[in-house]
Amino acid sequence: MGELAVEKHAQYILSVEKRKDDFESLVMEHLRLNGAYWGLTTLDIMHKLGSVNSDEVVTWILSCQDKESGGFGGNVGHDPHVLYTLSAVQVLALLDRLDAVDVDKVSDYVAGLQKEDGSFAGDIWGEIDTRFSYVAICCLSLLHRLNKINVEKAVDYIVSCKNLDGGFGSIPGGESHAGQIFCCVGALAITGSLHHVDRDLLGWWLCERQCKDGGLNGRPEKLTDVCYSWWVLSSLIMIDRVHWIDKNKLSKFILNCQDIEKGGISDRPDNAVDVFHTYFGVAGLSLMEYPGLKPIDPAYALPADVVNRIFFQK
Amino acid sequence: MHGRPRKATKQEDPAAAAAKSARLRELQSQLLHFHHNRIYTKEAVSVSSKLLEINPEIYTGWNYRKLAFQHNLKEVSDTDTDTDTETIKSAIEDELRMVEVALRRNPKSYGAWYHRKWILGQKLVLANFDHEFRLLDMLLKADARNFHGWNYRRFIARLKDVSEEEELKFTMDMINTNFSNYSAWHNRSMLLSKLLRKKAKGFHEEESILSDEFELVRQALFTDPSDQSGWFYHLWLLDQTSTPHKPHLVSSWPSDKLNIEISAQFKEKCERFPIIFCFNQQVDGVNLATVTINSKLVSSEHITWKPLSANNSRKSKIWVGFLENFNKYCDNSEGLSVEISVHCCESIVHSEFVMKLSHMDHQGKNGDGFEELFLWDCPKSQEINPYLVSYDPWRLRVERVEEDAKWHLDTLSAEIALFKEMSECDEDSKFVKLTLTRLLGAHNSIKSGGSAYFEEILKLYDDLIKLDAPHYRYYRDERSLVLLDQMTSSKDSLVEYCSRCENSSFSCINPQLCINFSGLNLTRIGFVERLLWVQILDLSHNNLTSLLGLEALQLLVCLNLSHNQIMSFTALEPIKSLQSLKVLDLSFNEIGSHPVDTTRYLCSSPLSHSCNVTETMEELARENIKIGDFWEAILLFESLQLAQLDMQGNPVTNERFRVLVEKVIPCLKWLDGKPVR
Repeated sequence: MGELAVEKHAQYILSVEKRKDDFESLVMEHLRLNGAYWGLTTLDIMHKLGSVNSDEVVTWILSCQDKESGGFGGNVGHDPHVLYTLSAVQVLALLDRLDAVDVDKVSDYVAGLQKEDGSFAGDIWGEIDTRFSYVAICCLSLLHRLNKINVEKAVDYIVSCKNLDGGFGSIPGGESHAGQIFCCVGALAITGSLHHVDRDLLGWWLCERQCKDGGLNGRPEKLTDVCYSWWVLSSLIMIDRVHWIDKNKLSKFILNCQDIEKGGISDRPDNAVDVFHTYFGVAGLSLMEYPGLKPIDPAYALPADVVNRIFFQK
Repeated sequence: MHGRPRKATKQEDPAAAAAKSARLRELQSQLLHFHHNRIYTKEAVSVSSKLLEINPEIYTGWNYRKLAFQHNLKEVSDTDTDTDTETIKSAIEDELRMVEVALRRNPKSYGAWYHRKWILGQKLVLANFDHEFRLLDMLLKADARNFHGWNYRRFIARLKDVSEEEELKFTMDMINTNFSNYSAWHNRSMLLSKLLRKKAKGFHEEESILSDEFELVRQALFTDPSDQSGWFYHLWLLDQTSTPHKPHLVSSWPSDKLNIEISAQFKEKCERFPIIFCFNQQVDGVNLATVTINSKLVSSEHITWKPLSANNSRKSKIWVGFLENFNKYCDNSEGLSVEISVHCCESIVHSEFVMKLSHMDHQGKNGDGFEELFLWDCPKSQEINPYLVSYDPWRLRVERVEEDAKWHLDTLSAEIALFKEMSECDEDSKFVKLTLTRLLGAHNSIKSGGSAYFEEILKLYDDLIKLDAPHYRYYRDERSLVLLDQMTSSKDSLVEYCSRCENSSFSCINPQLCINFSGLNLTRIGFVERLLWVQILDLSHNNLTSLLGLEALQLLVCLNLSHNQIMSFTALEPIKSLQSLKVLDLSFNEIGSHPVDTTRYLCSSPLSHSCNVTETMEELARENIKIGDFWEAILLFESLQLAQLDMQGNPVTNERFRVLVEKVIPCLKWLDGKPVR
């Protein structure tokens, strides 16, 4: 089992950045901006962000921006969507280059996606999902522009997606799912609204995600997966119930999902690795205070020192 | 990204792999070209079909198709109106077919599902509902937990205006096919709640509906006890059975008919007197309009009410009203008599109390009263005191009208008997034992007095800690609450933990009783509604990580939290509202040794937009102190008026930190046992 192979993972991430032409990379091309966030945040948590050329990254990110709407697409030429807009803002925050964008233009794009009932669409085509509520709130908060939306209604909509098991779904009536729960709890945390969460009820539902193999699943009777080390764990941390799982067993599970030869972390032991699971595995370990890693903030999903800088430095 | 083996099971021919990549690259660049140049010909659209068939996740492809659909429809309506409907229908069919192709590739594709919703949501033609439900049946048969499918089913049901009763039947069909279907149980619970709340036809007999559901879930639990779905559903049913619909008052300070003796110093130093009301659920609407005061000297305007909650929530379980300038009224020999009525939650609660000046005064100590160090060495006292004489945590419960309690108690008793049987048959089932603790706990909370099930529940938690070790800290937290319930359940049990403080010289309400809950392995706090009168509390030598509940103890003057496991200053948020708190011992905790803060979003801070950077912080920033490193401590200490603080034994404490603390708490007299300059 052993330790976290930091060097290998750093090399893996840098290699993914260069690899663009094989089938797997092509299939993910439309979410490369998300990939940049996952990769760079992982590097920062492992104290390896220095090996990246910030200027190049910033230039490329800006090239993903749709000049008309102000939103960002997943890659150059792809349509703007709030998911990639958040990743863009998060990476710029990470590199301390939020000055590179017109903050008001970006925030107007995001704020313009809020609907009458407080919900958020992902883009002009109108798909509604609490994921987008989180993404919008997190993005606007990092830009200090939360006042551009109706926060009370946004909170009301999220609360309307609360289920009887204490969890949250993607839309009212939607089944509780750890990913949606992270989004709703995160949005409520950022807006100072965690009193809407029944922390004991949800905390127990979340801690029951830990299975016999030590890993976490996303909802009852499903398979464990490293990405839930983030969705479930960060939710538990935000509601102060993380002590209800066995952190040692979870750490072992994550470390078992590493490819220590080629670098990277996979969803389950001996499966193919990718940047997505590499980020969630490392971020999960960071949340459990694994030695040598920077602490990550559970709501903003950025290193805590980045968040402190944004909110306490004038 | 999910479920692919690390070592490829069969080596792919590199030439074929390259060809596949080239094809995908070709299709993608063609799509973007057509999209940016707004080309919506048949050929162009078919490129998008080929692309989305290979990779339904390219969201720009779905956007392009929507634009093409809109464009081509507009062209039609601009020309021939006769072939309109047929063309529209055909265009819609094309899109729906595209979605089905994509769903075959990835039944969980957000883009595909939304495209279908978008097309049908336009309501250009009447949807073929049979087809839609057949598609859903097929997909949910292949994967009964596909939440995209369930969400889409809800969308179609609404579009067709299917009744909730009919959808309820569908959940029953799914459950009958396979009990292990959390999605179906979830849907069932949502539909039932709605129907019960609306008191729809056939659903106003809540008790008989719930009884049927208990019967249903029992079948599931017996058929497949290892599947979790039934257990979660059972928990929901239990909650419906044991939680009263209407909120009610649980306790108050001062308690009814209480005679309060205040010292001359208290009268002199304290300008406002707290009146506290505790409800069993969060309520709003406690204000001038709903509270009436009957007193010779005091009127409603003299009291301002606020909810004790974090982050400016309007609702709270605990409400506090401050009687301003009360000391003016205590001078007469009769004392101050006050009768308060709270009209809240469709009930009226009374509290009548009398405040008198104490004749047993301390030797005239002037000053604020902390010229000497406060020491935590209060000897045990079995002395009868006014608070314990009138201490009866069950009284309000008995007084409460319990019309429906009979069915609830009968149901709980039946379930308890059943689960005790199950527990004997299956020693190793954690869910059986856990459910039993909850059933016994629920029974405790409804049935007043008598022998509550404390010892049984505590033993069950001990069993669970052995059975389910990874979750042992969950069981310890639950166990702490049961222990506190037991300890505070009567005056006979509580008196064991009382001691009398002799060496205090501060202003207080007499007598100065100390509650000593130290050394009990407590991990969390509960049942604070029974301890509203406590002024001195010793919680040292426990395993506390959370202080939630302490915000209710508005009379608290001295608090000992030493030798616990408090991990950050943000965990102390609950004590920020304790305006009378003067002595705080935080020594030997874990503040400063945890890089990850688990209570960061449970406190007021700029990160959660619940407060701004304060003046104190700005001042300190001007003095070149890095407020980003200390904001948690600053926000906490600047809101307290401590006279005595102990911080030693925490990794965060060093000389620099001590200097900061002395700056932020100007009235501090003692720090770590030494006088402050």
